[in-house]
Amino acid sequence: MNFLDLIWLIPLFPLAGAVLMLLTGKFLDPQPPSDVAVAPGVETGGAGDSPANSQAHGHYHPGPLQNLIRLICPGMVLVSFIFSAGAVWQLSHLPTRLHQVIQFTWIAAMPFHMANGHLATFQVDWGFLLDPLSSVMILVVTGVGFLIHVYATGYMAHDNGFYRFFGYLNLFVFFMLMLVLANNYTLLFVGWEGVGLCSYLLIGFYFHKKSAADAGKKAFIVNRVGDAGFVLGMLLMLSVLGTVRFTDVNSALRSGQFPVEAGYGVLTAMALLMFFGATGKSAQVPLYIWLPDAMEGPTPVSALIHAATMVTAGVYMVARSSALYELAPVACGWVAAIGAFTAIFAATIALVQNDIKRVLAYSTVSQLGYMFLALGVGAYWVAIFHLFTHAFFKALLFLGSGSVIHSMSGEQDMRYMGALRKRIPVTHWTMWVGSVAIAGIPGLAGFFSKDEILWQAFSSPKGSTVLWLVGLVTAAMTAFYMWRLMNMTFYGQSHVKPKVAAHVHESPAVMTWPLIALAAGSVLAGWLGVPKLWSIFGEGFRVFPRWLAPMFALAGRKSEHPASTEWSLQILSVAVAAGGISLAYYLYSKRADIPDRILVRVRPLYTVLYNKWYVDELYDFLFVNGLGKGGGSAMAEFDRTIVDGGVNGAGWLTRASATLSMWWDTWIVDGAVRLTSFTVKLLSYPACLIESGRVQTYALFVVVGVLAFLGYYVAR
Amino acid sequence: MLDTVLFYSFAVLVLGGGILTITRRNAVHSAISLIVSLLGVAGLYLLQQAEFLFAVQIVLYVGGIMVLFLFVIMLVNLDDAAHVREFNRQWLVALVAVAAVGAELVYFFHRGAASFHIAEAAAAVPAAAGNTEALADTLFSEYLLPFEIASLVLLVAVVGSVIMAKKRI
Amino acid sequence: MHPVTTVHYLALSAALLLIGTIGVLTRRNIVVILMSIELILNAVNINLIAFSHAWHNLGGQVFAIFVITDAVAEAAVGLGILIALFRNKETVQADEIDLLKW
Repeated sequence: MNFLDLIWLIPLFPLAGAVLMLLTGKFLDPQPPSDVAVAPGVETGGAGDSPANSQAHGHYHPGPLQNLIRLICPGMVLVSFIFSAGAVWQLSHLPTRLHQVIQFTWIAAMPFHMANGHLATFQVDWGFLLDPLSSVMILVVTGVGFLIHVYATGYMAHDNGFYRFFGYLNLFVFFMLMLVLANNYTLLFVGWEGVGLCSYLLIGFYFHKKSAADAGKKAFIVNRVGDAGFVLGMLLMLSVLGTVRFTDVNSALRSGQFPVEAGYGVLTAMALLMFFGATGKSAQVPLYIWLPDAMEGPTPVSALIHAATMVTAGVYMVARSSALYELAPVACGWVAAIGAFTAIFAATIALVQNDIKRVLAYSTVSQLGYMFLALGVGAYWVAIFHLFTHAFFKALLFLGSGSVIHSMSGEQDMRYMGALRKRIPVTHWTMWVGSVAIAGIPGLAGFFSKDEILWQAFSSPKGSTVLWLVGLVTAAMTAFYMWRLMNMTFYGQSHVKPKVAAHVHESPAVMTWPLIALAAGSVLAGWLGVPKLWSIFGEGFRVFPRWLAPMFALAGRKSEHPASTEWSLQILSVAVAAGGISLAYYLYSKRADIPDRILVRVRPLYTVLYNKWYVDELYDFLFVNGLGKGGGSAMAEFDRTIVDGGVNGAGWLTRASATLSMWWDTWIVDGAVRLTSFTVKLLSYPACLIESGRVQTYALFVVVGVLAFLGYYVAR
Repeated sequence: MLDTVLFYSFAVLVLGGGILTITRRNAVHSAISLIVSLLGVAGLYLLQQAEFLFAVQIVLYVGGIMVLFLFVIMLVNLDDAAHVREFNRQWLVALVAVAAVGAELVYFFHRGAASFHIAEAAAAVPAAAGNTEALADTLFSEYLLPFEIASLVLLVAVVGSVIMAKKRI
Repeated sequence: MHPVTTVHYLALSAALLLIGTIGVLTRRNIVVILMSIELILNAVNINLIAFSHAWHNLGGQVFAIFVITDAVAEAAVGLGILIALFRNKETVQADEIDLLKW
């Protein structure tokens, strides 16, 4: 079977699952009328206390066909994974690892004029491109996606909206696969928008809960803001290069036609605009604000969308456009700077959060910052490598936290957890593996990718010591807050509420097996990209960079730093990570009283960090209230003063002109008339005097007339 | 010779009567003066061999109109007329105008005297028939229509004067 | 002494005319005015008769008859008007009848 030619099928399997679920799910898996998905932990009091409602409130009634759903949706993803694996295997045997399958022309050719006056045609195919980069992505998406689907069958088992959840989840996988398999920017954008839509649907899954609905809206709107930049960048690309197909764009950019831009030029503008879209999708500063709120969604959603796949779309897109970024160093600088800043910024917030999922959310933002830092310094393969490893351990951590929440009957606040180690062992050990991985301890996945990023930040021509230092400090903080999480949740004193403590139980197998699989991945995945320094392991362990090498022509250049520098930096980062771990252990397990004392001393700083640096409030003020309400009131003002003022002014003008007309009419027109009559009267006054009313006077005039008459003849 | 004397004496009557008419304060005196003047005119008619007209003048004018005038003078009580101004304010202007007209007429007489042969005495032609007969002939043949119309005029005048004099129409 | 020619009659007629005109224009009493009008009419008659005699044309005399007829009619109506006027205004002074002044 030629999997390569069938790559167009890969997105269609989950699409079929989604269509089936969303159109027929209600009949396959009928539930009582109230299709209200109730978030675990949400008190079902209030509206649902009456006996008639209590059973209909969100609790799932297993039907005969529930197992069918459990089989179909994850099954579709599994089939996609098989096809992906087969296609990648066959790709690796191709001489040039590039395979394009174009199904049909989606948007027909429309001629237009490029910026330099040439005539080009805008044509978008429904086409799929399989090359090393997209192969990594599809394997991650389908592989991790499959595991998460399996987990979700257990996690969402008690939920009323079971079929709806899986329909959306499958739809999401479809859009994500479209995104990574597309062979042109426009089709990528279709997937881009689609995953945004599914994110909205899934974040707002518990739509009866206002905070969830708001979070969904926030995510979609913030994404939309970024998408505006993406579209502008795409249009600029069309105007400059005349095409949106990846192969054509890359060949045009690498042809030498465009010089490397020194300052801010067209290519830099293009790169920055598209990066702006990436900040929206991948939750970087300034558009990261939606990701922490997205934790309102069910935990599998957080794991899949907001850890492993959707948020990495931005990273993928920038990596795909590496040819463009190579020609715009200023844009790269921005990417690196924003990535580094986001990393440290989010890490500071994660230090003090108490909700277990919030910590992980900010951790995701921080790790994405690392990926962009890598992209910015030109180490594209490293960023993808980190994406790869991050998918494993972040999904693991999210699913593990979901398992914790599940066992705690919905409790998410870490302050009410503790000493759960013995009671939920599998969850504990898998999360332990994930935390060690993210902290960057050698031997596990996170170390290899993160360390490579730090090294590239230090040594790459586009990198700098400052960037490296920021990365290092962030690494320290990452280790600290992850182990703070671990200590507060699993070790130390138990602060569990008694009612909850009675129900603490390990999650079912369907949930724990994915955890174990991901834990294995967290350990092993890193060994695909061992640093060159560890030459004792040989080239076999450098599969990853070699696989991606043809994608990025200038990937991973080694600079002139000696090996000793690299060794010292590695040891330093490990030391920092270990220090963070031990400090967290000390503060949260051994001497749990100290954090409170520190808190008293640095209360203002704590408040700022706890309130996420008040960014949401700032945005509220500036944009929501400022633009939205302020704009609304400005518009109202505008309407009142200018528009209504115009109307009133027109009315006033009419009245004024009417007054003027009246004056004119009274004095000028009537005046003329009166003048006429006055003149007549004036002139006729002498004539009036003649008219005495006495007949004899008239007779006299007759005689005078006769006199004149005769006088005429006399004169002749 | 006789013609001349008669002419002048009738002329004196006419003009004197006329002047008196217009200058007498008392209306009755004016009326009597007018009668005298009319009689003088009648005499002049006779001199011009217009016998019928002489008779008509006496009968109609004097006997009819002047009587009417006198009646009316009696009707309108003119006692207080004795105390008011006789001539109106424009008498001087009127006099001047009329004098001017008179001057013009004199001028015309001088200029036209020759063309109309009016300076020559007219040859008296003995009437074949009497003046009245001849007049009647002409009146009822040639001037019949004006005659009838004149009768209509008189009718209208009668009706009109009756209407005018009625207290309530 | 010059023989009495037509001119004399014409001159007489003109003089009478002028006298009558003066009377019409000058006297305030309406009755006298009417009488002055009769003078004018008689002057005209004299003129007509003179020419009729001079040209041996009876047309002048016929005309004079009609003049007399009209004088009669006019005197009658005029006096009627005078009476009506007197009844309303209690005066026969022409000066005082000036209602139609401007």
